[in-house]
Amino acid sequence: MSKLQNAIVGGVRTAMGYVPGNWLPGGTPDPLIERRVTLGTQQSRVDGPDKVRGAAHFAAEVPMEGLLYAACVHSTIPRGRITELDVAAAETAPGVALVMTHRNAPKMAVPPPIGLTNLKAAGNNILPVMQDAEIRWNGQTVAVVLAETQEQADLAASLIKVGYEAAVARTRFEKAKADARTPDSLMIEKNRLKKGDVAVALQAAARSVDAIYRTPWHNHTPIEPNAATIAWKGDRLTVHDATQMLNGTAGSLAKVFGIKESQVYVSSPFVGGGFGGKALWDHQILGAAAAKLAGRPVRIALSRASMVRLIGGRSPTEQRVALAAAADGRLKGLLHHGFSVKPPHSACDEAFTLTSRSLYASESFDVVQHTIDLDVLANTFMRAPGEAPGTFALESAMDELAHELGMDPIELRRRNVPDRNPVSGAPHSQSDVMLAYDLGAKRFGWDRRAAAPRSRREGEWLIGMGCATGSFPYARMPGMTVRITLDGSGHATVSSAAHEMGMGTATVQRQHTADRLGLPLESVTVTIGDTSLPFGSFAGGSSQTASLGAAINAASGKLAVELLRLAGNDTPLAGLRPAEIEFVNGGLRKIGEPSRYESFVSILKRAARDQISVTGVSSAPLEMLKFSMHSRSAIFCELLVSDVTGEVRVDRLVGCFDCGRILNPKTAASQFRGGMIMGIGMALTEEALFDERTGRVMSASIADYHVPAHLDVPDIDILWTDIPDPRTPMGARGIGEIGITGVAAAIANAAFNATGKRVRELPLTPDKFLFA
Amino acid sequence: MRSFDYRRAADRTEALSIAGEGRARYLGGGTNLVDLMRQNIEAPAALVDVSRLPDSIEETPTGGLIIGAAVSNSVVAVHPAVRTQYPMLSRALLAGASAQIRNMATIGGNILQRTRCAYFYDVAGSRCNKREPGAGCDAIDGHNRYHAIFGASERCIATHPSDMCVALAALDATVHLLGPGGEREVRLLDFHRLPGEHPEIETVLRPGELITAIELDPSAAAANSRYRKVRDRSSYAFALVSVAAGLEVVGGRIEDVRIALGGVAAKPWRAVRAEGLLRGQAPTRARFLEAADAELAAAKSFHGNAFKVELAKRTVAAVLGELTGADA
Ligand SMILES: Cc1cc2nc3c(=O)[nH]c(=O)nc-3n(C[C@H](O)[C@H](O)[C@H](O)COP(=O)(O)OP(=O)(O)OC[C@H]3O[C@@H](n4cnc5c(N)ncnc54)[C@H](O)[C@@H]3O)c2cc1C
Ligand code: SF4
Repeated sequence: MSKLQNAIVGGVRTAMGYVPGNWLPGGTPDPLIERRVTLGTQQSRVDGPDKVRGAAHFAAEVPMEGLLYAACVHSTIPRGRITELDVAAAETAPGVALVMTHRNAPKMAVPPPIGLTNLKAAGNNILPVMQDAEIRWNGQTVAVVLAETQEQADLAASLIKVGYEAAVARTRFEKAKADARTPDSLMIEKNRLKKGDVAVALQAAARSVDAIYRTPWHNHTPIEPNAATIAWKGDRLTVHDATQMLNGTAGSLAKVFGIKESQVYVSSPFVGGGFGGKALWDHQILGAAAAKLAGRPVRIALSRASMVRLIGGRSPTEQRVALAAAADGRLKGLLHHGFSVKPPHSACDEAFTLTSRSLYASESFDVVQHTIDLDVLANTFMRAPGEAPGTFALESAMDELAHELGMDPIELRRRNVPDRNPVSGAPHSQSDVMLAYDLGAKRFGWDRRAAAPRSRREGEWLIGMGCATGSFPYARMPGMTVRITLDGSGHATVSSAAHEMGMGTATVQRQHTADRLGLPLESVTVTIGDTSLPFGSFAGGSSQTASLGAAINAASGKLAVELLRLAGNDTPLAGLRPAEIEFVNGGLRKIGEPSRYESFVSILKRAARDQISVTGVSSAPLEMLKFSMHSRSAIFCELLVSDVTGEVRVDRLVGCFDCGRILNPKTAASQFRGGMIMGIGMALTEEALFDERTGRVMSASIADYHVPAHLDVPDIDILWTDIPDPRTPMGARGIGEIGITGVAAAIANAAFNATGKRVRELPLTPDKFLFA
Repeated sequence: MRSFDYRRAADRTEALSIAGEGRARYLGGGTNLVDLMRQNIEAPAALVDVSRLPDSIEETPTGGLIIGAAVSNSVVAVHPAVRTQYPMLSRALLAGASAQIRNMATIGGNILQRTRCAYFYDVAGSRCNKREPGAGCDAIDGHNRYHAIFGASERCIATHPSDMCVALAALDATVHLLGPGGEREVRLLDFHRLPGEHPEIETVLRPGELITAIELDPSAAAANSRYRKVRDRSSYAFALVSVAAGLEVVGGRIEDVRIALGGVAAKPWRAVRAEGLLRGQAPTRARFLEAADAELAAAKSFHGNAFKVELAKRTVAAVLGELTGADA
């Protein structure tokens, strides 16, 4: 059984205090789906003004007295031992307060891995941190220098001399494939899926395709590099961090330093982009250790170069997809195999075969993936881990099949979209990818596409159109907790250790709370971003909105109970049970009997209370077990490829998303658009230059690691089906990650339509189109 | 970065005399030198800021242009005479870096910018003969997508990354220098050196010498010219291959032709051979391809940049085609 299944089943058996009945299996849909006031309306981000004014302090900007600045020295070999470590020059360099190496670093435990079972763990690279002379990857920190200024620390770090005794390292993907492992499970699924006989289907098929697709290493390049400002007071540790796992980071640091979780305070009110790269890595641990040794607070703000050494990226993948189809396009067999890198010290699957298990109805399936063990920094999650590379392979293959069949690619998908999960048989909670295709195709003008490649040209520029499906599973995390405090003036404050990475968490949950409690927006404040607040699960897996939504809903139920109790008998509400009342106009009212109403202000006043507080918890996500729950998208691309140089220029992108109800068109469109821009990068430019001789990442700056520039990003048109998912809070599914999925395939498919050349290896750089 | 002295020179004489005092380097916009200092690749004891010397763009008596070394890349790019008489130069400048960097960058600094080879930049972890003579070259068997196909040596295969210099090479610009020994002029084509045994010596500039200006001669080919840069993303990336070309056609025959390639060598690569084959010929697509082929015949590629040979051929032919209206 996989970890998440364990977690869910375990969670159900144990302590779920309050399980809201409605959207769970067998229950009724969340009433807010019908009763929306501010949800669904365009709202600007509440954190916007502070960010624009520069008043929002990010982790590397938090002011602190007596701060020391840290610089890291990284190993230059992938495997071996430190034999010489000369820090004398650094120690006497101007401004230097401390040089920390494995010789003087405090004793620290290995950080606990990020897991779906333990939300108090956020470790990514599960190895000892500066505890011995062993080198385990190229870029490992071998010394940390603390100085009065960053410049002094950087200079001193450059004076440290390190000698190594090199050992044989595994750094070559191709070579390591021979020793690949086959894990039992992938996220929430069993890894190996065999249904029917794909080999036979491939032999008997009217048409088939069978090809290898490759995606490279990707590095995290958020606008805010990873950073932390750290201080100890006695045994109490304060970390101003850039994190998407507040409680996970606190829990992990407690384990590492052998203190109680309550002794660690982590604050991260603003994060300049997470995408999976902002959990616990070595730098927070090293910063805290150095602060302890030096007896002074420390700021450790990673340079872009240090980021590629210390913050893991998306694993490369090599994927084989084979599809067997009948003459009418119906799939007889679907095979998806492949390899990605996941060393034993990594906690993160790159589950690129997951989409292939649910997107299409096929008579037979053969799906399995293998992991390669290299001596590298642990890979990690990056926006739509698994689905981003997986949809590139699967959706390229579908396009190849459509071409083989001489069938319109949308029609091919229409013939294969299942009405329930094709493997488990579970019903969809809501799914209408073909509506997304229809709406998107209309907006895009798909009917103007010429099916034959190389049909359209303007001068040297070949013009092509392509489409692909994007996909991301729904997730809701159990355990997410909120407190709602209602004060005597009828103002509600919602608080939780949740995360704001720029996606609009507080903005949308403020809308949600206002609608849930029948309050105007102005009467709601949302406070998030530090571990003094009620427990928050991570901002990952596009789960935070649903998890917070569930917790707020649970809390609102408790609030109703509490208010009815306080109201007592001297009220129009007397004698009513919670199920009979609703929140409306800043008060409670009997459903169907508007005269029986009392406002919050009046109830609190009569009870002589300044405020009341309740907490609610996101329950076990039973809906995920019972239903097949996925968001899907239809991505369309029109582009130009130079017939001379092979340069690809994306001219237009349309994305139509089937993600349940959209809660705020403004923040949602930004999420989708941002994801699609990342998809352009994945398709055209992004590739970490990993030197297989040394295991060293050579693209150590953003001049070398190409994210899209403005000119790479065309008009992007976003639309959505906006059909509520009756099994989720507010009828919404997460939208943070799906934007990137399908984009690389849509672009590659359009490039094929333009040129007749099928490029199966990302990124689609000019050289790949030069030779026919 | 090591700490250093900073002085701003009021005029050229002062710049020279401060520079003469010790291990000083001239500072233009600092967009390359300061980066290199931060990476500990360069560690000058002092910087003499020459970015605010009172330089300008003037017409020469022969109708050419003399552009002061401190003029910014942006100002040169939009200068009316540059745009109309030397369009390839304007376009090359605009194809470089970003608007912010072009605003800071000077002409002198652009000429002297150093390679972007990733191993050159990796002071701690990679071997590089250019940084440390005799250490070895990690690029030869490593990532060398951006590296040279012309004029490389066993010591170094790096390219010069400037776009502007490619146009200057095609225009046969003259570099004006002022040194302790007085003034002199060097053709831009002779200014940068191929690596040979000494990749650490990149130009013919002598110690303490200051670039004061570049001079352009007018020509019909200069006025009918283009620059095309092929790169991995639409902007803000260095050239895989670039082509600066100018063409004068008289009576159906090529009277004058200038072709230079960027991204292919440690210096802007003047395509002398192709030019020779084209002069006097009719401007047809077949001839352009033939000439490009002949030029590229001498190319020697590495495992990561073999595509550049084909890419350069096609780009040369396409740019010449655009200049004559012949279809690419
Ligand atoms: C992210 C990035 C992207 C870039 N992309 C491109 C690109 O696509 N194409 C391109 O062509 N360039 C590109 N550049 C490079 C840019 O063009 C150069 O950095 C710039 O032209 C250098 O000019 P500067 O005045 O800032 O030089 P500085 O950094 O000040 O100096 C560079 C060198 O010139 C010397 N120097 C300066 N002035 C004189 C003088 N008058 N006499 C003698 N020596 C002098 C300095 O001592 C130093 O050695 C890019 C740079 C960056 C940072
Ligand atoms: S190519 Fe030149 S600059 Fe690059 S590593 Fe080799 S010697 Fe150094």
